[in-house]
Amino acid sequence: MRSRNLLTGMMLGAGSVAGTLLFRRRLARRRERVDVYFGDGSMISLAKPDEAEPLLRRARQILELAG
Amino acid sequence: MDAAAALERLQEISSQVRAAVIFERGGKVAGATLADDQRAKQVAEEAEALLADAEQRRDRADDDEFAQLEVALQAGSVFIVRDGDRLIAATTPPEPTVGLVFYDLKSCLRELAAPAAPKKRSPAKRKPAAGRKEKTDAKS
Repeated sequence: MRSRNLLTGMMLGAGSVAGTLLFRRRLARRRERVDVYFGDGSMISLAKPDEAEPLLRRARQILELAG
Repeated sequence: MDAAAALERLQEISSQVRAAVIFERGGKVAGATLADDQRAKQVAEEAEALLADAEQRRDRADDDEFAQLEVALQAGSVFIVRDGDRLIAATTPPEPTVGLVFYDLKSCLRELAAPAAPKKRSPAKRKPAAGRKEKTDAKS
């Protein structure tokens, strides 16, 4: 009986950890960001509001124009 | 292949691309999926400005040239891809398959840059041999 309770608790714990990870991953993907790739294979990702905002504003304008 | 044909093919192969504009550095529009030319020009100008902003973010001045970028927004994504002096800006719905969209846009620009395939010649009709004459009745 005790081992069954332990197993149930472990499964619930593992499920909640997996759920949290999935939720955080999805949230991160939905974050607004700019990824710039250069010819040498390097890449920069701008996600902080202060550095990304001017580019995000232009991109919003493009989305609006393109309908 | 011309810009209109390349864009038509892009829309056939990519279900994620909503709109696309092909342009050159300086904002000259080569082709667009948008019906309104003025809007296409505005998109090209905004994309060029976006590109200039992005290029300023390079850490080192000797970094290589810009190749492509993606701006992910809540309402959708904006992509810009370069091939030589030619660029393509495209919009997609939110959370697109980024690698696939980049691949399709690059293919579109490469198809545009490739020389037109030579037309297949239809086999030449054989002329009857010049020296040969039809047999005529020698007696007549």
